[in-house]
Amino acid sequence: MELQKFTYDNKITRLFMNATILWGIVGMLVGLIIALELIFPLMSQNIPWLSFGRLRPLHTNAVIFAFVGNGMFTGIYYSTPRLLKTPMFSELLGKIHFWGWQLIIVSAAITLPLGYTVGKEYAELEWPIDIAIALIWVVFGINLIMTTVKRRTKHIYVAIWFYIATFVTVAVLHIVNSIAIPVSFLKSYPVYAGIQDALVQWWYGHNAVAFFLTTPYLGLMYYFVPKAANRPIYSYKLSIIHFWALIFLYIWAGPHHLLYSALPDWAQALGVVFSIMLIAPSWGGMINGLLTLRGAWDKVRESPVLKMFVVGITAYGMATFEGPMLSLKSVNALSHFTDWTIAHVHIGALGWNGMITFGMLYWLLPKIYNTKLHSVKLANAHFWLATTGMLFFAIPLYFAGFTQSLMWKQFNEEGYLAYPNFIETVVQILPMYFIRVFGGTLYITGVVLMIINLIKTANAGKFIQSEDDEAPALHSQSHGVDKGHRIIEGKPVIFTILTLVAILIGGIVEFVPMFMVKSNVPTISSVQPYTPLELHGRDIYLREGCYLCHSQMIRPFRSEVERYGDYSKAGESIYDHPFQFGSKRTGPDLAREGVKGGPIYKPDSWHYNHFLSPQKMVAQSIMPPYPWLISRDLNISTTSKKIRVMQTLGVPYPEGYAERANDDLLKQANQIAKGLRDGGIQVEDTKEVIALIAYIQRLGTDIHKPANNQ
Amino acid sequence: MAAIIFLIFLGIIVAGGFLAAFIWAVRSGQYDDDYSPSVRMLFDKKEKAAEEKTKEETQSTTITKN
Repeated sequence: MELQKFTYDNKITRLFMNATILWGIVGMLVGLIIALELIFPLMSQNIPWLSFGRLRPLHTNAVIFAFVGNGMFTGIYYSTPRLLKTPMFSELLGKIHFWGWQLIIVSAAITLPLGYTVGKEYAELEWPIDIAIALIWVVFGINLIMTTVKRRTKHIYVAIWFYIATFVTVAVLHIVNSIAIPVSFLKSYPVYAGIQDALVQWWYGHNAVAFFLTTPYLGLMYYFVPKAANRPIYSYKLSIIHFWALIFLYIWAGPHHLLYSALPDWAQALGVVFSIMLIAPSWGGMINGLLTLRGAWDKVRESPVLKMFVVGITAYGMATFEGPMLSLKSVNALSHFTDWTIAHVHIGALGWNGMITFGMLYWLLPKIYNTKLHSVKLANAHFWLATTGMLFFAIPLYFAGFTQSLMWKQFNEEGYLAYPNFIETVVQILPMYFIRVFGGTLYITGVVLMIINLIKTANAGKFIQSEDDEAPALHSQSHGVDKGHRIIEGKPVIFTILTLVAILIGGIVEFVPMFMVKSNVPTISSVQPYTPLELHGRDIYLREGCYLCHSQMIRPFRSEVERYGDYSKAGESIYDHPFQFGSKRTGPDLAREGVKGGPIYKPDSWHYNHFLSPQKMVAQSIMPPYPWLISRDLNISTTSKKIRVMQTLGVPYPEGYAERANDDLLKQANQIAKGLRDGGIQVEDTKEVIALIAYIQRLGTDIHKPANNQ
Repeated sequence: MAAIIFLIFLGIIVAGGFLAAFIWAVRSGQYDDDYSPSVRMLFDKKEKAAEEKTKEETQSTTITKN
């Protein structure tokens, strides 16, 4: 058996490692800022790009795609070559992958605060960046899959399977969910609308959790936990079974984000059933990770790395138990739209992703610097700060979610809402928001300790650029008959996967728009397309991230119908590219904001003053002011292009309307502005605020039209 | 609902891809041995493997002595 010599490149691992730490601290600090903004709404100092609605997408994107993304690539680029006994397929592709990904992150960090957004949660980035993500992702995929083809071990270790599933599925999800028609370089409308868009978005959203935050990190768990404990995984058999079960089940669970919405019942039930089934493979993973440490708990006491892994895996178990519970309709009726969801995702993010990343870094950095960790004591301090920080973050938010939801639903003896003023329910939970900030601060302090510790460790050691290894070629290991066959056996797999991706891209791009536009959502004849002014207003609504705090989906509960008006129907949002159902009610639902005589109707002048200073209208409001809406001119040069794109998407504007749309726009703007001026407010016709008011006053009114004519 | 039908269709394609990969994995003998891969991954290099083995042995002997 001849041995072949080869080297593992540590430089790419180090690059991704540095990026993980950098973007981790950035993402978390932005999180801290927006947590504070929820308590001190005037903190953004009237600077548009510092307001909550602009920064929240930056926080989520930074933590998911920059921190966890780079974290997974760190582990993948370190473990894959060692598991497959071969260097990564191409150093160049690795570099393109690294720098491309960082460029995407930087462009996200610039465009999101400036308000360039599609308006779909966790998929906010505009179309040029989406295309870049798809390209870089394929570069990563080729590098990963070609490495498995060139492997020198016959067996593909389970971690690699998790990495491959991550690549394939994220590619499909990202492409399908991001299909949009551009209006300009940084503005586009998604091809799907309303409930259809909601379904695609949450199919993406849920599977982004599954295949971006979960499967790659399970792969890391299967590599780094055995390595750090120096003992094999508890049951290799279980790892194989739970891998295949997990990836088969996850893809169907998305609709549980739309329970009690206008989505057909059977689709909701499908989502619930698969979500419940997911407990089994998820806990298979947790048990396998934890039991690997059986008989080695003494090591856990001494090693901060293992301690972090234990808490990380436990958090994974808790979050994956909680997820299915939240998918039950009766629980979801209470939990949805509240801070409970925020608590749930942070058990996953701070606990699972955070702790596994930290543990991996503490183990990996001394290894590639050929030294020992600078201070175990400091790492232990980080461990306790992170663990208590996570608990101080999540537990108050569970209370907040529970409390607020119960208050929303409470009726008094006379049969009226006990807390008709939404603000009462906000004030009640503000103390919990304070404790959340405290928890987050602890967590970030821990990360700062880690950075100091890792820098000192790196300074004490000497970086090993590459490591030599040797192994027999794959074909010499196999039995005589298979000779030659083994080399090519990997290729059909690559071929199949790449073909699948190619077919999906090609097929989807051609077929989806056609298919979706003529959809058979029950239509309501009184539901009409938005006027040009309302369309502009809607784009401002997206730009400012209003959907992050205000839902537009009234569920069919007595408490919600009393508070907000008639429940939302599927046919009402068929022209909503994208949908704006929202997922959180930091403020009240706006689905029927414009219905005159409805429970939450406010006149134009109220909205004007409210945008100028929410606290002037509702003293305890936690909404930030939006004075720039009042000073900025509406850009009406894009109107005709916007209308034309909407027509392409099947919105029935009359033929040639694009050219005369601005006439209607100016007429409607004048009417609203004149009304305001009559009330003594000095405002010009063509300010952004006029468009936003037009949109808000349109919300939910279509099905109430006959009543208005009386 | 066009979107549901489309996503189910897409889900089946993805799941079908996974199924094909699964069948390939089983047929090609990936899972014939469901124990030793978990031990083998612990050893990065030949010489290091031997080194660690002896370390482990000495450890276990000390433990038995205690």
